[in-house]
Amino acid sequence: MKHTISALVENHFGVLARIAGLFSARGFNIDSLAVGETEDPTVSRMTIVAQGDDRVLDQIIKQLDKLVDVIKVIDLKPGQLIERELVLIKARATSETRSDVMQIVNTFRAKIVDVSPDSLTIEVTGGESKVDAMLELLRPFGILEVVRTGSIAISRKSVLNAHSNDPASKNFKDRRVGARRKTDKEGKEKLRQSGEGRRKLD
Amino acid sequence: MQLTGAQILIRCLEKLGVDCIFGIPGGVILPTFDVLYDSKIKFILNRHEQGATHMADGYARATGRTGVCMVTSGPGATNTVTGLATAAMDSVPLVCITGQVATSAIGSDAFQEADIVGITRSVTKHNYLIKDARDIARIVCEAFYIASTGRPGPVLIDFPVDVSRAVVDFEFPEKVYIRSYQPVAEPDIRDVKKAAALIMKSKRPCLYVGGGAIASNAADEVRELVQKTGIPVTTTILGLGIFPEDHPLALRMLGMHGSVYANYAVQQCDLLIAVGARFDDRVTGKIDQFAPYAKIVHIDIDPASIAKTVKVDVSVLGNVKDVLRELNKHVRDKRKATQTWLNTIQEWKKKHPLRYNESSHDILQQYVIEKVGELTKHKAVVVTGVGQHQMWTAQWYQFARPRSMITSGGLGTMGFGFPAAIGAQFGRPKDTVVCFDGDGSFQMTMSEFATAAFHKVPVKVFILDNGFYGMVRQWQELFYRKRYSASDLDRANPDFVKIAGSYGVLGLRVTKKAEVVPAIKKALKHRGPVLVHVRVSRENNVFPMVPVGHALDQVMDMA
Repeated sequence: MKHTISALVENHFGVLARIAGLFSARGFNIDSLAVGETEDPTVSRMTIVAQGDDRVLDQIIKQLDKLVDVIKVIDLKPGQLIERELVLIKARATSETRSDVMQIVNTFRAKIVDVSPDSLTIEVTGGESKVDAMLELLRPFGILEVVRTGSIAISRKSVLNAHSNDPASKNFKDRRVGARRKTDKEGKEKLRQSGEGRRKLD
Repeated sequence: MQLTGAQILIRCLEKLGVDCIFGIPGGVILPTFDVLYDSKIKFILNRHEQGATHMADGYARATGRTGVCMVTSGPGATNTVTGLATAAMDSVPLVCITGQVATSAIGSDAFQEADIVGITRSVTKHNYLIKDARDIARIVCEAFYIASTGRPGPVLIDFPVDVSRAVVDFEFPEKVYIRSYQPVAEPDIRDVKKAAALIMKSKRPCLYVGGGAIASNAADEVRELVQKTGIPVTTTILGLGIFPEDHPLALRMLGMHGSVYANYAVQQCDLLIAVGARFDDRVTGKIDQFAPYAKIVHIDIDPASIAKTVKVDVSVLGNVKDVLRELNKHVRDKRKATQTWLNTIQEWKKKHPLRYNESSHDILQQYVIEKVGELTKHKAVVVTGVGQHQMWTAQWYQFARPRSMITSGGLGTMGFGFPAAIGAQFGRPKDTVVCFDGDGSFQMTMSEFATAAFHKVPVKVFILDNGFYGMVRQWQELFYRKRYSASDLDRANPDFVKIAGSYGVLGLRVTKKAEVVPAIKKALKHRGPVLVHVRVSRENNVFPMVPVGHALDQVMDMA
């Protein structure tokens, strides 16, 4: 199954190698990985998309959480996350096909960022399925180059930052277990209040 | 106060209470060794860096304190990898300081350069490359904190030579705070109560105790739990000594070479209480047939250990000592409710005792170990290599005290025994330290003779020489039609007594059964290091044995 893992890590050298090592040591491929600073410049956030056996991935996530440089880890459940990817596509577009390609671009609310006599460079943002669908439609015209940033994701309900204490994060580190169950319940309460309405917004 | 990086490092080690360091010097670590020359910290010079790590490891396991080793860059550093992996697998607190080429030369294939931080990433709990001398004090303190707290483990500090020469202000950090590492969780009382409820409800309970109980110094708590409830207790190889093995409720070791009754008890129990143990494959046998009737309670400090290989019904996260202290408040005597179960176990014990052919004319390994056990009153610190002799030691020494069995359980590192025994003796100078080793295991690190001889470390080494990689030969006999491919050492084995002599170490040779006891007595009386070379039965097998891929109750026992 596909997992989208979001990790808050110390922003210093060597952290990426430690995290990648947990996957590679088990022969797991990382589908995509996006890293960037957070609101706190000493903290980076990594969004890792990987596929594989649930049990092994669960073990990887626990191991990730054990790494000294990892502050928090959360396995974002499908349906609970907002996911985006930025993709640059250089597609073949001659004078005959240009308008057809531009129509596809408009349909997907993508942007043309560069034009040359026989190609167009398109910028598109979206979830995985949107990007895949667009690539599918452009394929007959000829795709010359694709650059993807990899997914970044954020949870709908919970707040994951270095200071939050969200029950959804697999954070055993500062777990005062007595309090944990309570926040678990609060979490569920919040979940119910957030309701379906908000989900429709995107 | 302005100090050099090397001075800061050594000053920190002194402040942290380090009393000895094992290792070998070399080019880029020279500034640090120069400072060490004037320090009150004792430096123990090894002959191979692997030996240094095992010595620090033995020291740590024998004392519970963090072991420290210091080596140079490149080959010095890469030689520590086996020792670090050994310590990581068995959760041993270790700090390893490696020299590194100057920061400006890192990555240039400089002389004696190795990316040791990259190499050891997966065999350490954490590792550091110090790039700025102002970070030294903080990193050293963090390293000791990380190594010794939570689930302990080895931490490596890579120390470039220019950083060791840089002069900066020194201030010793009074507190360590790492926001992403807060290892000590108080046990959840509700989980403890759930565990207690399962314990009180069960009819056929069994305790399964591992190295985590020893690491958290929980022997008293384990003993209280057993004595209070009357639940029988089996241990892993790393848990040996947590509970006296002559006690009627002791089931001794479980697993591949565990006692038949321990394995039967695990397979038949309705509640298995795992305490600081991690369900290793050598313990569980075929995992999907492991403890088929049992609910499982898992008490462990490491969240990643829980539900890693088996499904767990109740997990209690926390320091074993704290959890058991709490648990002991919520349990009562169960002997009445479990009487039939306890009777069944006593029958198994009678029917399937650990045994060997006592009338054998050859010297059997079991006999030597049993006699050493008797003559040391089961009080020695016992250290082993890896292989048949290790399993026999686990079966026959009869352990009574925690931190008295020091062995490479997880990684199975041959060559661990001799250096670890020397390290253990440095940590516990007043105790008798006995090392059981095989001829194969011993030859992997016997260069440490020099260390033992120079420091007159009074370890008693018993080489149980069968002229084989014995465990390999046993598997070849049982599973490879006696085709002894590359396992026979006899033709090229050295004269171990002569080797001891050449280092000025007392060597005793035992070739007849009647000589065994006198030799043991003589060795134990001798005030310096001793090597006792015992020529034992060549093709003796370790039984009972649960072959790989079988359930724990499918036991092969001796005919």
